Amino acid sequence: MANKYVTDEARRQIGKVSEPRTYEVERGAIRRFAEAIEDPNPLFNSESDARKTRFGGMIAPPTFCRSMGAPIPNIKLDMPTFRGLDGGSDWEYFVPIRAGDRITVQSKLVDLREAAGRLGPMVFTVVETTYTNQFGEVCVIQRSTGIRY
Amino acid sequence: MAKQIYFEDVEVGTEVGPLEKNPTTQQLVRYAGASGDFYQIHYDKDFALGNGLPGVILHGALKNAFLGHLMTDFAGEHGWLRKLGVQYRGMDQPGAKVVARGKVSKKYTEGGHHMVDCEIWLENANGEKTTPGTATVILPSRAAS
Repeated sequence: MANKYVTDEARRQIGKVSEPRTYEVERGAIRRFAEAIEDPNPLFNSESDARKTRFGGMIAPPTFCRSMGAPIPNIKLDMPTFRGLDGGSDWEYFVPIRAGDRITVQSKLVDLREAAGRLGPMVFTVVETTYTNQFGEVCVIQRSTGIRY
Repeated sequence: MAKQIYFEDVEVGTEVGPLEKNPTTQQLVRYAGASGDFYQIHYDKDFALGNGLPGVILHGALKNAFLGHLMTDFAGEHGWLRKLGVQYRGMDQPGAKVVARGKVSKKYTEGGHHMVDCEIWLENANGEKTTPGTATVILPSRAAS
């Protein structure tokens, strides 16, 4: 059964990357994020407490990277209109992100699939976003699934 | 903060959490501000209803953050959350309790690290798992210290 939107030509976009973007991590932004999610962990809230830990200072909570406004590659699909939904994310954590870090964010389209849904064809996009610090260390890799229908 | 958990303290089936959250519309506004996600379905009721939703709904990313909180508490200062994966299967609205829970599914060593895999989820007031997921934590080992 041929796909309506995810044609072979559409799939040639797999591998497409976005422009990189740089984000400066601020202590106040970390704290504001922790307050918003109601996580009182001192690592995310108090520099004086965080300095007493093995991390030596405040670090970003696991989903803080959401606030960095990751650029997405421009995915062209022949859908006249669509609603977009966040299907979920898979995160991998390698190096702590600290206040003062300059994180370079770049995304790549890694998969494009179509499935039949109750409301018609659903297109699944998987975008891999890499968050690299100023020392060239990959801190976080995120794979997020988007659903367009 | 809770006592540090060690690799030797857990086994397959060990419970993670529970961590209870009571999201309010004010929390959704705070989260929108902190994350930069200003999609109106999360704080503008008329807009949400106009989009066919039952009302304002939680950002999927906020539910992801709740599960992150569950796992960083579990890892403790001396552990490290290595992987976190979530899927948004159901909507959650503010004004209702959601509970983040988990269960250890596997423990093993890899590359000199003591790893623990968990099945995790957010449960709504009806006991439905709206946000299923998995997580992997590196835990400290008493044998190593």
